[in-house]
Amino acid sequence: MTHSAEQGKKRTLRQTLLIVLGMFGFVFALVPLYSVLCDVTGLNGKTRNQPERVVYTEPDLSRTITVEFLANVNESMPWDFHPAVTRMKVHPGQVRKTSFYARNLSSDTMVGQAVPSVAPGLAALHFRKTECFCFTEQRFAPGEWRDMPLVFMVDKDLPEDITTLTLAYTFFDKQILVD
Amino acid sequence: MLVSKTKRALTAIAGVALVLSATSAAADYALNLTPGVTPISHEAHTLHMLIMEVCAVIGLIVFGAMFISIIKHRKSRGVKPAQFHESTAVEIVWTIVPFLILVGMAIPATKALVAMEDTSDADLSIKVTGYQWRWGYDYVDDGVSFISTLATPKEEIYNQQPKGENYLLEVDHPLVVPVNKKVRLLITSNDVIHAWWVPKLGMKKDAIPGYINQMWFKIEKEGTYRGQCAELCGKDHGFMPIVVVAKNEADYQQWVADQKGVATADKEAAQRDWSKAELMARGEKVFTGTCAACHQASGEGIPGTFPALKGGAIATGPKADHLALVMHGKPGTAMASFAGQLSDTDLAAVVTYERNSWGNDTGDLVQPSEVKAAR
Amino acid sequence: MSTATTHDAHNEEHPSGLMRWVTTTNHKDIGTLYLLFALMMFIVGGAMAMIIRAELFEPGLQFVEPQFFNSMTTMHALVMIFGAVMPAFVGLANWLIPMMIGAPDMALPRMNNWSFWILPFAFAILLSTLFMEGGAPAGGWTMYPPLVLQTGNAFPFLIFSVHLMGISSIMGAINVIVTIVNMRAPGMTMMKMPLFVWTWLITAYLLIATMPVLAGAVTMLLTDRFFDTSFFNAAGGGDPVMFQHIFWFFGHPEVYILILPAFGIVSQIVPTFARKPLFGYSSMVYATASIAFLSFIVWAHHMFTVGMPLTGELFFMYATMLIAVPTGVKVFNWVSTMWRGAMTFETPMLFALGFVVMFTIGGFSGLMLAMAPVDFQYHDTYFVVAHFHYVLVTGAVFAIMGASYYWMPKWTGHMYDERLGKLHFWLSTISVNVLFFPQHFLGLAGMPRRIPDYSVQFAGFNEISSIGGFAFGLTQLLYVYIVFKTIKGGAKATDQVWEGAHGLEWTLPSPPPYHSFSTAPEVK
Repeated sequence: MTHSAEQGKKRTLRQTLLIVLGMFGFVFALVPLYSVLCDVTGLNGKTRNQPERVVYTEPDLSRTITVEFLANVNESMPWDFHPAVTRMKVHPGQVRKTSFYARNLSSDTMVGQAVPSVAPGLAALHFRKTECFCFTEQRFAPGEWRDMPLVFMVDKDLPEDITTLTLAYTFFDKQILVD
Repeated sequence: MLVSKTKRALTAIAGVALVLSATSAAADYALNLTPGVTPISHEAHTLHMLIMEVCAVIGLIVFGAMFISIIKHRKSRGVKPAQFHESTAVEIVWTIVPFLILVGMAIPATKALVAMEDTSDADLSIKVTGYQWRWGYDYVDDGVSFISTLATPKEEIYNQQPKGENYLLEVDHPLVVPVNKKVRLLITSNDVIHAWWVPKLGMKKDAIPGYINQMWFKIEKEGTYRGQCAELCGKDHGFMPIVVVAKNEADYQQWVADQKGVATADKEAAQRDWSKAELMARGEKVFTGTCAACHQASGEGIPGTFPALKGGAIATGPKADHLALVMHGKPGTAMASFAGQLSDTDLAAVVTYERNSWGNDTGDLVQPSEVKAAR
Repeated sequence: MSTATTHDAHNEEHPSGLMRWVTTTNHKDIGTLYLLFALMMFIVGGAMAMIIRAELFEPGLQFVEPQFFNSMTTMHALVMIFGAVMPAFVGLANWLIPMMIGAPDMALPRMNNWSFWILPFAFAILLSTLFMEGGAPAGGWTMYPPLVLQTGNAFPFLIFSVHLMGISSIMGAINVIVTIVNMRAPGMTMMKMPLFVWTWLITAYLLIATMPVLAGAVTMLLTDRFFDTSFFNAAGGGDPVMFQHIFWFFGHPEVYILILPAFGIVSQIVPTFARKPLFGYSSMVYATASIAFLSFIVWAHHMFTVGMPLTGELFFMYATMLIAVPTGVKVFNWVSTMWRGAMTFETPMLFALGFVVMFTIGGFSGLMLAMAPVDFQYHDTYFVVAHFHYVLVTGAVFAIMGASYYWMPKWTGHMYDERLGKLHFWLSTISVNVLFFPQHFLGLAGMPRRIPDYSVQFAGFNEISSIGGFAFGLTQLLYVYIVFKTIKGGAKATDQVWEGAHGLEWTLPSPPPYHSFSTAPEVK
C-alpha cells in the first residue's frame, strides 16, 4: 500500500514536471510559430524579408490600388530618410519601381536596418518585393547619401476591399545592437 | 524624504472634509461615455448603452432573487431549509438564455467593428509618430509636419499657479483637420509603445516602433477635441496630450497655406544672423518644450538618470561637440537625435541657451547658419 | 492509511522557536507562513496604493515624481498579485486540502518548505529595487518591451524575482496536484471532493501550464537586453507585439488563477450558512473547467488596440463573450443555493454575499470590455482599473477574508470577535465601493490609467475615490487586529464550529492535531 502510494505520487510528480518543462519549451517554440502565423495571416503587417520571385502575368487593369510610402527613423536616428514619391497608383500584377533617399547626417559611419510594415496588415501578404534595401543592412559613411531602389508588385489576389495600402520603412540603428 | 512625504499625506487625509467642500464646487462629475462627434464614436456609444442596459436588467433579476432570498429565507424567521440541490431543466435554461443574449449582442458589435476597421477611400492621410513624450504629425500630401508638445507650464503642474481650464490637455501645435472628411491616421512610434486616443473621435490605436497602424475618423462638427496618450510610455506618459482642431474646408486650406508660409519664413529666418537676446528667448521656449522633461528646467537633470547641463562637461565644453550631441544624440542612451525634430534656428537657439544659462557662461552664440553647415 | 507512517519519524519532535518555522515540513505550519506572508505583502502593496491615491487626490503633482509614481503602480501590482493573493490561496490550500480530502499532510512536504521560503527572497529582491539607482521597475507589471528595457539597474533584479515567484508557485501547484490525485481518503471520489479542492486542482493545472510561459517571456527580455538577441526588437527581425501575445497567453489564465480558488471558497461558505446543499455541484465543476479551458483562447482581448486583422478581433471578442456563460452558471448556482435556505449572516457569509454581488458587477464590466468596438474606448482607462479591482479586491480578496473568518476558528481553536468581524465587513464594503465605483465614471469620461496627474475635469471623482481608498486602507488595520486577537485567544471553538458546516475538516478537533488524519477517514 505504502509502496504503491509512493509510486503514484512519483508518477504524478513526473507528469506535472513534464508539463512544466513542455510549456517552458513551448514558449520558445512560439517564436517561430508566431512568424509562421504572421506569414499566413498577416497578423503583424510584416512583409517577407527575402526577394520573391515574381512570374510575369498580365496586370489586372480593372483595379487601381494606391500605394503610399512612408519613411521613419527609430530613436531619432540622425539620418535623413524619405521616399522619392509619397504615393503611386498601380494595377495588381504590375511590377513597379521606386526609390528611397537616405543620408547619414552624423560624423560616424553608421549601419542601419530598414524594417518594412504594411497597413492594413492583411495587404502585407500580397505585397511582393523583388528588390529592396530592407533585405540587408545598409552601411553609410559620414555624410554619405544614396537612392535605394525598391521593386515591387501587388498581387492580383489582393482582397477586393483594399484600395489603399501603405508601406512604411523604419530605419533602426544597428550599431546599438552591435556595440 | 519619504517620511516627510508621508507626513504630508497624513495632513492631507486629515484635511479631507475641508478640502472636499472647497474644491468639489468647481469639479466636474462626468458620468458616462461621450457620444462623440464621429460615426465611430456614435456606434461605440450606442453599443455601450445597449450592453449596459442588458447588464442592468440581468443584474436586477439576479440581485433581486438574491435579496428576496436574504430577506425571506433567513433562519431568524423560523424557516426550514429546503434540500433540493439540482435541476437539469433549470440549468439548461440558464446556460442557453445567456448564450442567446450574447449572440444578440455580438451581431451589432460585429457590424460596428467591420465599419471601424474600414479605412479605405480616405480623403487625407496623416502620419502620427509617438515620441517620449510628444507627438509628431506629418501630412503625407501637403508636406506639413510639426511636433506637438504639452503647453501647460510647470508652475501649474507643481501647484505654484492656478490650473487653467484645459490643464494637461493643451498643446503648442494642435493637429488640424477638415470636418466631414475621412481622415486616415498612420500611426507609428519612435521609441516605445504609445497609444493615440481622443475620446470624442471614438478610437484608440497603439503606436509601435517599426510598425504602422491605421485608424480613421470623420468629424461631423467643427471644434477642438482633446485626448491623451493611452499606453504607459515612461516617466511623462501623463503629460503628452493630443489636441485636434476640426475646421471647415476653407479655414483648413488657409491653415495649410499658413503652415507652408511658416516653413518658408523659418527658412528665411535661418539665413540671417540672430542676436543673443533673440536666441536666448527662443532657446528657452525650445528647451522647456523639448529638453526640460529630462534635464529639468533648472538644468540640473536627475542624478543617475539624466545628466545635469548646469556646469556639465558638454554644455561648457567645445561648442561643436555640444551641437553635434544635440543634433545626433548619443546611441544607447535616452538622448535622442534632434536633427530631424528641430529646425536650424531652434537647434541654434537651444544650444545657445544651454551654454548661457544656470551659471553656464561660455558666452558662445550658435547661429542657424552654423547648424546648417553642420548638417 | 499507512502513508502517514512515512512522516511519523519527525512527527512529535519538531524544533521550537524560529527554527521550527524555517525547517518545517508540516502543511499547517507552511499554510500559516503563507497566510502571514500574504498579509504582510497585502499591507506593503496597500501602502503603495495609498501613495498612489494620495498623489491622485487632487490635480497637480504633490507628493511624488512621475517616475516614482510609475514605480508604485508597477510594484503595487506585482506585490498584490504575486505576493498577496497567490500566496494567500496557496496558504489556504496547504491548510485545507489535506483536511478536506482526509490526508495526513501534503504529498511533498520538503518541496512545500522550499516553495514557501523562496518567496521572502523573491520579494526582498523585488522590493530592494526601490533603493537602486534609476529606481524600481516603472514599466508596468505587464513589462511590455521596449519600455521595460529602459529600466535602470533594477532590470535584472525584476526578472530574477519574477523567475523566483514563478518557481515558487509552480512547486506549490505541483504539490497540490500530487496531493489531490494520490492522497484522498478511501471513498473520496473526484466527484465527492469539496469544491474548494476542485477549483484548486484546476487552478494548479493552470499554474503549471502558464507560469513557465511567463518565465520564458521574461527570459527573452533578459537575453534581449544583455545578450543581443532580438526576440522583441524589430531591427533584428523581432516583434514587440509578440511579447504581448506571449505575456497575455500567460496573463489571462493568470487572471483565473486569481479567481477560481475564490469561487471554491464561496461555494463552501454559502451552503454552510444557507443550511442547504450546494445547488448544481457537478455543473459547478464543469463550469470551472470550461472557464479554465476558455482562458487559454481569449488572451488577445487585452490587445484589441495593437492593430490585429478584423478576423482576429472577431474571434477573440466572441471567445471572450463566451466566458460569461459558465461564469453566469456559477452565480445562478450560488443564488439558487440561497433560495429557500435558512440563512444566517455571520462574517464569512457576509463576505461571501459581498463577493457574489460585487464580483458580478466586475463580471458585467468584463462583458462590456469584451466588446471590441467599445473596448477601443474603454481600453487603458480607469474603467479597466475599476473592472479588475472589482474582480480582484471585492472578488479574490473578499473571498480570502471570508475564508479566514470561516476557517480561523478551526485553525486556532478560538472564535473571532463577531462584532468586530461584521464591523470590518461593513466598513470594507462601503469604502471599497466609494474607492472603485467612481473609477468607472472616470474611465468613461476619458481618464487614462497609470497617470500621476490629470486634467481638472476628473478632479471630483478622484477625490471621492481617494477618500474611499484611505478608508479602505485604514479598515484593513482592523482586520490585522482581529486576526492577531483571534490567534492569541477568544471563545473556545467547537469542532463543528458552524451549525451547517459539512466536510471532513469539521470532524477534526479545533485546533486540529499536527498531522491531520493519521488514520484515513472513511467517506461514504
